[in-house]
Amino acid sequence: MTEPIVTFNDVHKSFGDVKVLKGIDLDIRPAEKVAIIGPSGSGKTTIIRMLMTLEQPTSGDIIVDGTNLWKMDKKGKQVTANEKHLRAVRGDIGMVFQHFNLFPHMTILENCMTAPIHVKQESKSSAKDRSIEMLKKVGLGDKLDNYPSQLSGGQKQRVAMARALVMRPKVMLFDEVTSALDPELVGEVLEVIRDIAKDGEMAMILVTHEMDFALDVADKVLFLDEGVIAEQGTASEVIEHSKNDRLQSFLHRFRN
Amino acid sequence: MSNWSWEVFAEAFPIVLEGLGITLGLTIACYLFALIFGFFWTFLRRIPFKPINWIVTWVMEFIRSTPPLVQLFFIYYAWPMVPVVGVTLDPFTSAILGLGIHFSTYIGEVYRSGIDGVDKGQWEAAKSLNFSTKQKWTKIILPQAIPPTIPMLGNYLIIMFKEVPLASTIGVAGILHMANSYGAQYWTYLEPLTIVAILFLIMSYPSAILINKLEKKMNRRFDKKEALNSSKGATA
Amino acid sequence: MKGLTITITVLLGSAFFGYLFAFIAGLCRLSSNIFLRKFTGFYVEVFRGTSLIVQLFWLYYAIPMLFGIELGSNWWAGVIAIALNYGAYMSEIVRGSILAVAKGQTEAATALNMSRFQRMRLVIFPQAVRMMLPEFGNYLIQMLKATSLVSLIGMTDILYYGDIIRSSNLSQAPTVYILVLFFYFILALPLIFLTRKLEGISKKGVAN
Repeated sequence: MTEPIVTFNDVHKSFGDVKVLKGIDLDIRPAEKVAIIGPSGSGKTTIIRMLMTLEQPTSGDIIVDGTNLWKMDKKGKQVTANEKHLRAVRGDIGMVFQHFNLFPHMTILENCMTAPIHVKQESKSSAKDRSIEMLKKVGLGDKLDNYPSQLSGGQKQRVAMARALVMRPKVMLFDEVTSALDPELVGEVLEVIRDIAKDGEMAMILVTHEMDFALDVADKVLFLDEGVIAEQGTASEVIEHSKNDRLQSFLHRFRN
Repeated sequence: MSNWSWEVFAEAFPIVLEGLGITLGLTIACYLFALIFGFFWTFLRRIPFKPINWIVTWVMEFIRSTPPLVQLFFIYYAWPMVPVVGVTLDPFTSAILGLGIHFSTYIGEVYRSGIDGVDKGQWEAAKSLNFSTKQKWTKIILPQAIPPTIPMLGNYLIIMFKEVPLASTIGVAGILHMANSYGAQYWTYLEPLTIVAILFLIMSYPSAILINKLEKKMNRRFDKKEALNSSKGATA
Repeated sequence: MKGLTITITVLLGSAFFGYLFAFIAGLCRLSSNIFLRKFTGFYVEVFRGTSLIVQLFWLYYAIPMLFGIELGSNWWAGVIAIALNYGAYMSEIVRGSILAVAKGQTEAATALNMSRFQRMRLVIFPQAVRMMLPEFGNYLIQMLKATSLVSLIGMTDILYYGDIIRSSNLSQAPTVYILVLFFYFILALPLIFLTRKLEGISKKGVAN
């Protein structure tokens, strides 16, 4: 088997006195598609936010492509990573947010072009070409000069995906990307994710409430409950054949 | 700090302090005037007749966007010369009118934002319960419209306190006037003016903190994400 | 009216330095350096806590006595006093606007691997400035009104000439002051319309 691209080693996270994650161990291999399911407040989102460096773990290690994300070597000692170290490591990771977080002062095209130009120092023309290519891929090739406020929720979320894809991440994180959408717009967004998943080479972690979708796309499903991974396996193992009571009642609520 | 003299400071302090009563009294008087006169603007702007509405809006805009100092001079120096209605006013009364009218236009806007802030459903509810016009205002609308405006009104008290020294220019003997005349007499402005600055700071800083707390409390109580609007820095 | 030039140059000078001070102080108050934060906090509280006319007299009369230096001219004394005063007020707007940019924006910028400086320059600042615009317009009108104070330190602005004419012919006082008020109003009109326009601009292009 190939080396994992992301590894969590006994990762804990508390917010004040509240222990959200109580020891997460996790391996994600290149091109693997992982869905994280579980009740709200179980810490699903916190897992991927720590990987994106938006939250700092309380203890434990997160390894990205062989490098410890949150710790670095300083004069032979392990110390908390500084911004420079984080920047060097998180370049491999991209994220799509629940609330899109598009930049409202930029057009759709500019939203996609900004990071390649300024972060990766790409030429304007190559950044533009790839941004247009990605926007076409998500079906928005005709909206390049529109502003986010002129788009529907589903369209915004597709732009957000194109924006993340342009950076060519090795791992892409999806944080409940359909939860803020009207029901009739969910389909178009899931369609794009399926499409991306088919391309293959990128690992994906999806925090989601769409069970059928998870079953369809994910190689592996994790059920997170009360801060630990309570159940894991292939999608059909976890969603269709699990004997875990809490998982059963969780799924039951969703199936109705 | 070569020219600073504690002796002068000690000597000037009681003299400047003599003006404090006038400064505070004028602040309160101007404020009360503005609070009452503000209702007048709010009332006028609610008249559902376009031309009047338009005129009132621009008169308010005129008063708000021209310097209160000039308005003060107009009332003190020019009003007595106006034919028929002109009367001579003493400096204190002129200051109440000048600053009071200027700030009443701001206060009027505060009232308006309070009334506009009352949920539309409340008006409909009042109508559906068949309240009279008077009952509607006194029982339903105003009790909800006024409390959220209290922090903003408090803010204007502090703002007006800081504008009141303008009245020293027409001879109202507040703290700034006392400091200036002491300065002119002994040709040392440094200490008396510093005393004035300190007095202002001592009084306005704690009140500002108080208002801030009040505002947070009100926002919690009325479940508002932010204040109706930040008081639009009405200073001269 | 010769005074018009003085009023306008004082307004332009005050606005330029006022906005400059506002940005410097507003950013300093968000800095991680505690000394910088406390120091600018002190500046803001002192200048917001005392009145402009007191600050103006203090700069004009007291500063030369305290340090034995002249500020150069009463033009500079007036401009610096107005700019320091309004800079203090407006720094709160700068600070508030930057803090008001939605947290998700910083997170999205982080997810695109932008550096701290890039996040500020490309994402936060452009949005914060849009939020500041209407208030900045309002303060421009306030600064215009404040310029009338410079006549008190002997500058020959609109109000100064009005006073001169009034004292030479007392019965003309009403006409003179009405004229002066209208001069200020005519100067304020474009600023009023500008502010309304800025409100329109700022409504677009900001994340809620």
